[in-house]
Amino acid sequence: MKKVVFYLNQFFGQIGGEDKADYPPHLEAKAVGAAAAFSKQLKSAEVTHTLICGDNYYNENKDAANDFIRSALEEIRPDLLIAGPAFNAGRYGMACAGVTELAHKLSIPAISGMYEENPGVEMARKYCLIVATADSSSHMREALKDLAALAQKVLDGEDISPERDGYLAQGYRRTEFSDKIGAERAVDMLLARLQNKPFVTELPMPKFDAVEPAPAISDLSTATIALITTGGIVPLGNPDKLQSASAQKWLKYDVDKLDQLQGTYCTIHGGYDPVYANEKPDRVAPLDLLRHLEKTGVIGKVYPYFYTTTGTGTAVANSVTFGQEIGQELKNAEVSGAILTST
Amino acid sequence: MKLEVQNSLIKDIKFSQTTQIIDHVFFLNKDEMIAELKKIQFVRDVKIDVAKPGDKTRIIPVKDCIEPRYRVDRPQGFPGVTTDSFQVGEGVTKVMKNVAVVTVGDIVGFQEGLIDMWGEGAKWTPFSKTLNVVVDISVEPGLDPHEHEHCTCLVGLKASEYLALALKDAEVDECETFELPGPGIEQEDLKGLPRVIYVQMMIAQGLLHDVYIYGSDAKKILPVLLHPNEELDGAVISGNCVAACDKITTYQHQNNSVVKELYKEHGKSLNFIGQILVPELTTMDGKFKMCDYVVKLCRMLGAEGAVVSEEGYGNPDSDLVMIAKGLEDNKIQTVLITDECTGWLGDSQPLTDTKEEAKAVISTGNVSHLVHLEQADTVLGNIAAISNIAGGWEGSYSSTDGSITCELNAVIGSTSEIGYHNLTVRLH
Repeated sequence: MKKVVFYLNQFFGQIGGEDKADYPPHLEAKAVGAAAAFSKQLKSAEVTHTLICGDNYYNENKDAANDFIRSALEEIRPDLLIAGPAFNAGRYGMACAGVTELAHKLSIPAISGMYEENPGVEMARKYCLIVATADSSSHMREALKDLAALAQKVLDGEDISPERDGYLAQGYRRTEFSDKIGAERAVDMLLARLQNKPFVTELPMPKFDAVEPAPAISDLSTATIALITTGGIVPLGNPDKLQSASAQKWLKYDVDKLDQLQGTYCTIHGGYDPVYANEKPDRVAPLDLLRHLEKTGVIGKVYPYFYTTTGTGTAVANSVTFGQEIGQELKNAEVSGAILTST
Repeated sequence: MKLEVQNSLIKDIKFSQTTQIIDHVFFLNKDEMIAELKKIQFVRDVKIDVAKPGDKTRIIPVKDCIEPRYRVDRPQGFPGVTTDSFQVGEGVTKVMKNVAVVTVGDIVGFQEGLIDMWGEGAKWTPFSKTLNVVVDISVEPGLDPHEHEHCTCLVGLKASEYLALALKDAEVDECETFELPGPGIEQEDLKGLPRVIYVQMMIAQGLLHDVYIYGSDAKKILPVLLHPNEELDGAVISGNCVAACDKITTYQHQNNSVVKELYKEHGKSLNFIGQILVPELTTMDGKFKMCDYVVKLCRMLGAEGAVVSEEGYGNPDSDLVMIAKGLEDNKIQTVLITDECTGWLGDSQPLTDTKEEAKAVISTGNVSHLVHLEQADTVLGNIAAISNIAGGWEGSYSSTDGSITCELNAVIGSTSEIGYHNLTVRLH
């Protein structure tokens, strides 16, 4: 029999209402309240323990609450953790998010149930599956049924999907095999469109962030300018092994004593014809021209470090991280502006 | 224009004294083939091996795959590339079905790929299902990269031509006919069917990033109208190694899956009016020009629907969604085929550009999806190449257990954006 641990707040754990919201966490070696109703619906598993904690206590004493819960989970090593359902209760949702994150770190699969506008959803969705529930606990019966159905599938290791199993997508786009090749699916989709039949796009257009530009530099002649590229320009031999595509890191090199990159740098970028960049890497990252501007007094100085990564095939999430890290360094160094070249 | 493709189904390959096909077995005189290929300028050495489906064989770094074909009573070769130019797309062409020439050799750029013939790796590439004649090419030292690349390209094409000679007297097992009246010609039985065009985008960026149409470099042309039979009959060859996962190999040009799928519906549910090849230029001005031009061609041809396929990713995503907007604004219903770049976890933004008009999209997989491939018994080529090719990195190859961990980026044809393979992406 597989083991399930259920996390409930003070109300659903039958401790009391708002006046008991400061109730510290405790562990019952049985299924309590909603957990008991849930447990009966499982086929090959049962709720062996119920963790109960007041919503205020959890949110105001998160470290202490997590310490208690972590040691309980490490002791029990359940096959699955259920937290909630929290419906549209914000503090309860945040507590479920915290507890499922903890389970995730302990490699224990977790499921919660929330109304889609619960603030806990955004925090929890990466760590657990969230069954979409109604907004109030008057729908407990349906919510528990949906939770139990999904829990059983997860425990049995079955293939699941947000559409089929009624949980909120976690935001992971997974590569899978289709029973039709892409070209056949494309013609099917086009025919559906031409015949005014419904179709579902396989790639909804992403939403882009807009970045506010920094204010203009008022006096270039005193400005420090940094040079950054996504063109994969690295010292000859690529000593730090930057990837030729799908970069997992950025690098920086001291170019304070160089007048140009030609001669000591090259490209390892896989996305363009490297011949001309290898002849003269300054064509991609123009250190030579920046030095010229520095010598002629157009700019104050060139920042001693040159930053580089590979743009091709690099996930936007990685790029965002690189940008924030490099940006912070330049800000800390009081750099006035940067030239960022792409290829 | 009518093209009859006659397939000779090959079930096995064996080395022999005479190159010929007997009873579905292809016998190959390796020495004769090597001698033939060594005549090509700058070739220093050629090695020939065979990799069959199920063999625990890994081929790396793969440059191109080519299908051996023989034109009956017409000139052989790839017009404008290995021979003088001539019109293709009309007549009878014999095909050595289930066989591919696979070229490997020193890495020139960083975007060659790998093929596993067995197990986990075999699932990810369509070229694990073909009997592969692997041609490992060494060139004269001191060649510049452009000459090197041109040389390996020619060796691959010529290798397929050598194999194809065996088709001359081979038995035919099945026939496929591809016939369109051609745009502008009204045919009674096609009236009332929606007019559908295929827009095929192609990489056009320089060394290892080019495509040739009758030998013309795609980066130097405006979008061009083709009869789809021309691509099926050898008018288009790959001169590129965009990331291996979504480069269109010459084999895939010869067997363009979008062309074939549109043909299946032609005369039934749609009227396939033709194909436009569009270079993906790297400058913004180039993108605007190509996009405007292709939309105009589609309007002139009276298209009502379009399938648009991309090659590569990154900056061509802009061309893709701009073409979608241009076509939709002109009431041409459009379906796009692309892959996506959502990172190791699959939680990153999938494309680098977006337009709300791009509302019908087929996704052929996440190029950064990680795969773990167990140790091969035989490696054809050079396993060390994995640390340099797109989708691999220093440490991709485990020297302790011989396995490889890499992205689909490195696997030939895995996320083919002409929809040649069967991957898709689902949101979880």
